[in-house]
Amino acid sequence: MSFWEVTLSLLRGLGTTGRLFFLTLLFALPLGLLICMASTSRFAPLRWLTKTVVWVVRGSPLMLQILIVYYGPGLVFGWPLLPRFIAALVTFAINYACYFSEIYRGGIQSIPRGQYEAGQVLGLTRSQVFFKVTLLQLVKRIVPPMGNEFITLVKDTALARVIMVYEIIWIGESYIKKGMMWPLFYTAVFYLIANGVLTVLLNKFEKKLDYFKA
Amino acid sequence: MAMLEVQNIRKSFGKLEVLKGIDFSLEKGQVLSIIGSSGSGKTTLLRCLTFLERAEQGSVTVNGDTIFDAAEVGKISAAEQRRRQLHFGLVFQNFNLFPQYTVLQNVCLAPKLQAKERPDYKQHTKEIIAEIEAKAHALIDQVGLSAKCDAYPWQLSGGQQQRVAIARALALDPEILFFDEPTSALDPELTGEILHVIKDLAGRRMTMVIVTHEMQFAREVSDHVLFMDGGLVVESGTPEQVFDHPEHERTREFLSRFTQA
Ligand SMILES: Nc1ncnc2c1ncn2[C@@H]1O[C@H](COP(=O)(O)OP(=O)(O)OP(=O)(O)O)[C@@H](O)[C@H]1O
Ligand SMILES: [Mg+2]
Repeated sequence: MSFWEVTLSLLRGLGTTGRLFFLTLLFALPLGLLICMASTSRFAPLRWLTKTVVWVVRGSPLMLQILIVYYGPGLVFGWPLLPRFIAALVTFAINYACYFSEIYRGGIQSIPRGQYEAGQVLGLTRSQVFFKVTLLQLVKRIVPPMGNEFITLVKDTALARVIMVYEIIWIGESYIKKGMMWPLFYTAVFYLIANGVLTVLLNKFEKKLDYFKA
Repeated sequence: MAMLEVQNIRKSFGKLEVLKGIDFSLEKGQVLSIIGSSGSGKTTLLRCLTFLERAEQGSVTVNGDTIFDAAEVGKISAAEQRRRQLHFGLVFQNFNLFPQYTVLQNVCLAPKLQAKERPDYKQHTKEIIAEIEAKAHALIDQVGLSAKCDAYPWQLSGGQQQRVAIARALALDPEILFFDEPTSALDPELTGEILHVIKDLAGRRMTMVIVTHEMQFAREVSDHVLFMDGGLVVESGTPEQVFDHPEHERTREFLSRFTQA
């Protein structure tokens, strides 16, 4: 099997990896904000419930969570299995949303009270204060830690192979049975390129927000 | 009737009674300075008057209109609350400029957002925006920062930032402007420029309430001085009365710290 054939099949795997990555972000970024709001809610039971969920999700291995989401409902309730990709996506979205929620929370708490108060005294509504005053400061604060999570996510997608989602590492590994070890190692190149591009984009975005200090 | 009437403002934080019934009034175009030792409740009073804290008792009227009445708390809509708020402007000790906006944008932000609620905004957007910006330029000029219109807060000294904060507060045409120790976060050599701006405003008959530790300044700029201690107004009167002929022992004690220094 030629180098190009291997490359092509790995690229197909990379497609799955990429889909998992982008869809996870698509769901986890807003979900994280919801979790953040719930974990700072004035309603104590909701706050404690969310904090417990976040603690469980952040405190246990992601690989185990994927297995539980995939096999758990069938084992416990006798439900049919979710499609593999969906099960992986649901797990990643929830898992990353929990990490994101903590980043949002840290960002929100680091914005000085005075910013809200200045907005209020100037007669801004609560939503104007959020969108016109604090949002951009929040974005600036959370871009670096979010960037780290994004890069971790690129690599974490490989865990989806435990439920046989055909992402790039799974395909790389499948060559071992055919007596080829190098395709698995070769996958590293794809990760490095993907993360290289991501890093450049994140840096560009950070630079864009360099014009102010907060 | 005085322009501003403050009656029996009381405020506690938990068990700590910080304001124990504050009364004062102020005529239009006059300047009131509030002095008093640390912890006497001066900041809390300003925060209650500007709705950043909610007083448990008392009332505030401006030109006879009720702005705050502890008895009707909770019965007022957020929109009405904001409308009432706009009678007052507040300049903070630590400026609280919006870091992502230039000087001009800081001054224009609130007026522009407010203008969007005008019924004729859609038809005359351009003129309205131009008007707001022209006025902002004039205010920035008034505080001596024309050259810094497009600078961001981090590029300014503390004194310059505070002058922007004053322009920003003035942009909404408040009837009364409150200052909470406007110079105490500044290096001593920068306090002069702020005091100069405030004196200039006093010359323009701006109605102001100033919490300050600058006794000399308070004496020069104020029509009235109010000495607070332990959450009460202990002494009030003209600067001459309070500074030169204080009636109360606590006032004399407080002032002596400044003359000795
Ligand atoms: N949010 C709060 N929670 C609890 N206590 C508070 C709060 N804000 C103020 N206090 C207390 O209220 C008292 C009055 O504080 P305040 O800030 O009004 O004093 P001040 O006269 O402005 O003092 P300074 O001259 O130091 O600024 C202090 O004992 C302070 O610790
Ligand atoms: Mg104070």
